[in-house]
Amino acid sequence: MFGDYSIGDLSSIFVMQGFAGLILFSVYVLMALGLAIIFGQMGVINMAHGEFMILGAYVTYLCSSFFQSHLPSLFPIYFFVAMGLAFLASGAMGMLVEWGLIRHLYKRPLDTLLATWGLSLILQQAYRSIFGPREVGVELPSWMMGSVQVTDTIEVQINGLFVMGVTIVITLGVAALIFYSRFGQQIRAVMSNRTMAGAVGIDTERVDRLTFGLGCGIAGIAGSAFTMIGSTGPTSGQLYIVDTFLIVVFGGAASLLGTIASAFSISQTQSTLEFFLSGSMAKVLTLLAVVAILMLRPQGLFTLKVRR
Amino acid sequence: MTNPVQTLSKSLTVNDNPFMKPVEWLSLLLLAGVILVVLPLALDAFRLNLVGKYLTYAFVALGLVICWGYAGILSLGQGVFFGLGGYCMAMYLKLEASSVENTKIQSTPGIPDFMDWNQITALPWFWTPFKSLPLTLLLVIAVPVAFAFIISVAMFKRRVGGTYFAIITQAIAAILTILIVGQQGFTGGINGITDLRTLNGWDIRTDHAKFILYFVNGGLLIGCILLAQYVKKSKLGRILVAMRDKEDRVRFSGYSVAGFKVFAFCLAAAFAAIGGAMFTLQVGFMSPSFVGIVPSIEMVIYAAVGGRLSLFGAVWGTLLVNFAKTSFSESFPDLWLFGLGALFIAVVLAFPNGLAGIWREHIEPRLTRRAKSLRPPEPIAVPRGVPHGAPAE
Repeated sequence: MFGDYSIGDLSSIFVMQGFAGLILFSVYVLMALGLAIIFGQMGVINMAHGEFMILGAYVTYLCSSFFQSHLPSLFPIYFFVAMGLAFLASGAMGMLVEWGLIRHLYKRPLDTLLATWGLSLILQQAYRSIFGPREVGVELPSWMMGSVQVTDTIEVQINGLFVMGVTIVITLGVAALIFYSRFGQQIRAVMSNRTMAGAVGIDTERVDRLTFGLGCGIAGIAGSAFTMIGSTGPTSGQLYIVDTFLIVVFGGAASLLGTIASAFSISQTQSTLEFFLSGSMAKVLTLLAVVAILMLRPQGLFTLKVRR
Repeated sequence: MTNPVQTLSKSLTVNDNPFMKPVEWLSLLLLAGVILVVLPLALDAFRLNLVGKYLTYAFVALGLVICWGYAGILSLGQGVFFGLGGYCMAMYLKLEASSVENTKIQSTPGIPDFMDWNQITALPWFWTPFKSLPLTLLLVIAVPVAFAFIISVAMFKRRVGGTYFAIITQAIAAILTILIVGQQGFTGGINGITDLRTLNGWDIRTDHAKFILYFVNGGLLIGCILLAQYVKKSKLGRILVAMRDKEDRVRFSGYSVAGFKVFAFCLAAAFAAIGGAMFTLQVGFMSPSFVGIVPSIEMVIYAAVGGRLSLFGAVWGTLLVNFAKTSFSESFPDLWLFGLGALFIAVVLAFPNGLAGIWREHIEPRLTRRAKSLRPPEPIAVPRGVPHGAPAE
C-alpha cells in the first residue's frame, strides 16, 4: 500500500493525516473530559452527553446568527461569547438533570444508563422540533477561514488550529481547577472516598451537582468547537458517544492523563488508517483494537488507586 | 435488604420450589392463549405478521430477563446476536433465491445479486456453509453463541462487569454495524439482505406461509419461556440471583462466578439468535438497522417495561411497547421519541420492576384481599412461599 508514494509524499501524508487526527483528537478530548470527570467521580454513565454537546453547538449557531444580524461589528469575536454561553447553557441543563434525575439513581448505575438514554431521545426530538431535522452550520468569521501553508505539500487549516488551541486552554483550565483549587480538592476527596469526604464536612451532594454541571458544560464547549469543523444535526451527538465512552474506558476511568492519552492514540490511529483504507474500515479496525486491548487490560491505560 | 445467601439457603432447604406455581401456569396459559388463539382469530394477515415481528423481539427480551434481571449483566449489544442469527438465516435464504437460473442475467450467475453489483465473482468462503439447511439451522444458534462466549469469557474471567461490560457490548454493536455497512459486497451493506423467497423450496412470501411461520414463532417462544423458567427455578438460577446481589460471597463460597455469567450471557445470545432467525423468515429481509446501538438499547426497554424479573412480563412489555410505537408513529411521528424517552425515564425512576412489578405490588394483593373478603376464610391457606422471582432488595 506504500508502493505508489515517495518518501517525501509519505511524510507529508503522515503530517497531514496527523493534523486531521489532531483536530479529531481535540473534539474527542473535549467530549471525553466531561465524561471522564462525571464517570470518574460519580460512576454515572451519561448517555445524553452527546446531546449536551449538541446543545452547545446549537447555542453557537444561534449566537452566530444573532451577531450576524444585530451586531455585525462584533462578529469576528462572536465565537468567544458563544463558547461562554454554550458552557453556561449546557452546565445549567446538566445541573437540572442531576437534580431531577441522576441523584435518585446513584446506587443503580445501570439504570442511570437507561434513564440518560431516554433523556437523549427526548433531547434529540426536541432539537428536531425546534431547529428542524436538517444539519445547520455556522458562519465562520473571515480570520478563521483559509489555511497556513507550512511547506509545498503540507498545509493546515486555521479553524483546526483554533479548535486545538481551545482544547489546550480548556484542558489546562480543568487540570488547574481539579488539582489546584479548593473545589478541585473537594472533587478529588469525594472521588477517592465519598463517606470520609462527607464525614469531614464536604457537602457531597453539592459537589456531585457541580461536577455534573461542569462535565456537561465542557461538553457544551466541545459542541461549540465542533461547529467550527462540521455541521450540526439533531443526532450528531450520537455519532460520537460510543467513541467517547471507549476513550474514557480505554484511558482508565477517572484519570485525566489517561483520557488524553487514549484520545490521542485512538484519533491518530483512526485518521492515519483512514488515508489507506476506507473510512468505515479504519473505524472498525481502531475500535476493534481498543476493544481487544480492553479485554486484555480491562482497567485501561492508566489507573487511579481508589478505595471503594 | 434481605440477606441473599440466607434467602437462598432457606428456599433450598424448604421444598416450596415446584417448577411453576399455579399463578405462573395461569400466566403461561393466558399468554399462550392470546398468542396462539386470540390474536390469530382477531387480526388480519398483515397485522398478524406484524405481531409475529414483535414477538421475535420478545425472544431478546426473554434473554435479557435472565441475563440482566437475574444475573445482573446488562448487555447493550443484544442486537448483535439478534442480527447474527438473522443474517445466518438470511444468507441461506439468499443463496437459495440466487440459484443459477434465477440470476442468469448477472455477470457471475449463482451468487447473490449484491455481490454481482460489487464486482465479486466468487462466493466468499464464509457463505459456503449456508448452502445446506441443517448446517444453517445449527449455525443460526452456534455463531452468535460462540461470539457471545468469546466476548463473555474474555470479559468475565477478568472480572469486568457492570457499566464497563455494557459499554463494551455497545461498542461491539457499533463495530458490527459499521462493518456490515462497510463491506457491502459481502453483506449487502446498508440495505441488508433482501429479496428472500423460499425456504427449502417452500415459498415464505405467501400469506399462508406467514400464518404457519407465526405459529412456529409462537411455539418457539413458549418453548424458550419454559426453558428460561427451568433455568430460573433450578439451583443455577438461584446462584445467578445470589451472584447479582453479592458477587464476592458467591465467589468465596467456591463457585466460579465467571462461568455462570458466561452461561447466562450465552443463553441470552441464543434466545436473541432464534428471534433474529424468525424475524428474517417472517419479515423477509435482514438489515444492519437491527444490529446497531439503537435497536439494542430499545430491546432493553422492552424487558424493562415488562419487568426485568418476569419472563411473561418481558413478552407483554415487548408487545405493548411495539404496539405503542406502531400506533404512535403512524399518527404522531414527532411525539413517539418523546414518549419512548419518557418511558425509559419513567420505568427506571418509578417502576423499576415494570408491569410485572405493578401487578405484583398493587393489583395482586388487592385481588387476593377481595377474594378473601368474598369467601369465608379457609383453614388451610395456600402457602405463599417466596414471591415470584423476589428481588433481594
